[in-house]
Amino acid sequence: MTQYRVLPGPEHFLPPSAASMGICLPNPGEAHINGVIVPEEKAYEEAAKQFLMARVPTLFPGPLVLWAWNEKAAKKATAIRHLYNTLKECVQPGQTPMLIPMPDYRPKYPKINPEVEINPNHPNLTIWHNKIDCCMFIGVHCHQANLSLKIIRGGTSCYTIAMCAQAGHEDAMLSFRDASVEKIMKLAEWVKKLKGTVQPRLTSAKSGASN
Amino acid sequence: MADTHSVIGTKNKKGQTFTDTWEMMNNAPRTPSFFTGSEVIKEALRRASCDVMIAYPITPQSEAAALIGELFAEGYIGDYFRGESEFAVMSQCAGAAFGGARVFTTTAGPGTMRAMENFPMWSGARLPIQMIVTCRGINSPLSIQPDTLEIAYLLNTGMLVWHAETAQDFFDWILKGYMVSEEPDVHLPLALCCDGFFVTHTKDVVNLTPADMCLPPYDPYRSPVPCMDMECPPVRMMRDPFVMKSNYISYATHASWQQEVWAAVERSRKHTIKWINGLIETENADAEVLIVASGTAVSQGREAIRLLEDEGIRCGLVKIKSLRPWPGEEIREATKNAKHIIVPEFNVTGWLAKEIKATIPNSERVNAGPHVCGGMTMPPEIIVSEIKTLLGMRTMSLAGRGS
Repeated sequence: MTQYRVLPGPEHFLPPSAASMGICLPNPGEAHINGVIVPEEKAYEEAAKQFLMARVPTLFPGPLVLWAWNEKAAKKATAIRHLYNTLKECVQPGQTPMLIPMPDYRPKYPKINPEVEINPNHPNLTIWHNKIDCCMFIGVHCHQANLSLKIIRGGTSCYTIAMCAQAGHEDAMLSFRDASVEKIMKLAEWVKKLKGTVQPRLTSAKSGASN
Repeated sequence: MADTHSVIGTKNKKGQTFTDTWEMMNNAPRTPSFFTGSEVIKEALRRASCDVMIAYPITPQSEAAALIGELFAEGYIGDYFRGESEFAVMSQCAGAAFGGARVFTTTAGPGTMRAMENFPMWSGARLPIQMIVTCRGINSPLSIQPDTLEIAYLLNTGMLVWHAETAQDFFDWILKGYMVSEEPDVHLPLALCCDGFFVTHTKDVVNLTPADMCLPPYDPYRSPVPCMDMECPPVRMMRDPFVMKSNYISYATHASWQQEVWAAVERSRKHTIKWINGLIETENADAEVLIVASGTAVSQGREAIRLLEDEGIRCGLVKIKSLRPWPGEEIREATKNAKHIIVPEFNVTGWLAKEIKATIPNSERVNAGPHVCGGMTMPPEIIVSEIKTLLGMRTMSLAGRGS
């Protein structure tokens, strides 16, 4: 049993992949928080709390949901928009939810405009520029998501959530697996449910990893 | 869009039924058949729903490539062609896999070495290609006899590497290998190795699954990277790599990319354990003397154990099935009580003994050998002799038997 925990960074000049530190992905019906396997229900609550605590809670939808390449993708996109609108309705003054797309994976450094998009090869630029302290990846191909999540953990203090359509992401601080429209809607419900019960963190997070 | 589950129970153009792989491998009736290892590869491929097989047929190490050509003629393989060289074959395999195909190829010895540049590229691009490696000598003078030195070169490519002992392992693992390789959290190439000639050219009884059942097709939409797109990584990286940018973030991205490949190797662990029933197998692991081996050295170890039993010496066995992922914890646990760990190998460098020494505490317990190489056989008597010498017992020199 590993003692390693997946925590907000900045962790290291080159942090290890969580898998190499013994963190395992959840099985169906489960999620993980900080690398510890939990029932999925607990992860909804924790993800909603993290969103409501954050100064700039942000959704990063990727190409798998940005383009209507099948009916399911289009429905997921609508659900993500609903989650974003729910966040806007539920946060307090001083909190600024954002929706920043990851439209493709082409390296764009140094030309990227971090206000309008995020790129998996240098996601820290978008995190830093917008002072994002909590984000959720959704609809990003797994390899690119893991790449980004590890770079974010390495160089920023942002809390990362992954809503993965496949097996989940151990490099996120919290990860769901088998993402569906229903799961996105359920997360929005949890945000609504916890509205007003969570004290927002109105200064930028400064926490470092404690591994 | 393909949906693997929706085709279960339907038939392909050859009348085979797409079958749940777990059901097919574990519950379907088996027919004992007397085949060479090469023929077994063909029979596994008949059931693998393989889209593309690319061959470089000059290799004399196995007939598999030519036999799979027959399968193509019969309509069991989507496409089949010959590459200009081993390097070309492996590059063409990458192209087919980038395009979303289930891909198969075979290689051995010098061909493996010639194609080597492609293997880390396959891993980096997350291509779940399956490559059979029927190990033979790689050095000059050439040999078609078994020598496992080429496996040492594959261990750090980011590929999954399994080492089959028998033709039965080979049949089962070809089919199960696709299930591990194609998991979206893994999605890596698999080098499925055997000791060529011993396994490929000799006949053995192999229990085959029904020929009218086949694997569900590969679903490229579950891939962790997009299908081929010249503007997107990983394809984009081949003409516009991070190193061209020369700055911290581009190097950090490349580093993170490499870590992600090895993270995927780690993730394959639980799937590999599920499909091949553990990364190792043990017999009498509580014995003070243990043989730890992979490939046909395991078979020779089994015979050595039988000979030792006749003399009242108790010896255990650890069969290593998967080299990547490496069964570190399993080996530490299995060897915790052993006073002597004997690692017989069919290569001159003893790469397996080095891996084991780096894994366990008190590594002076590891005896690297006996070694044979260049195609020599490994009589069980030399393993017996090595063990008796370690135990301080008198032993006859095998080399001097004819004097």
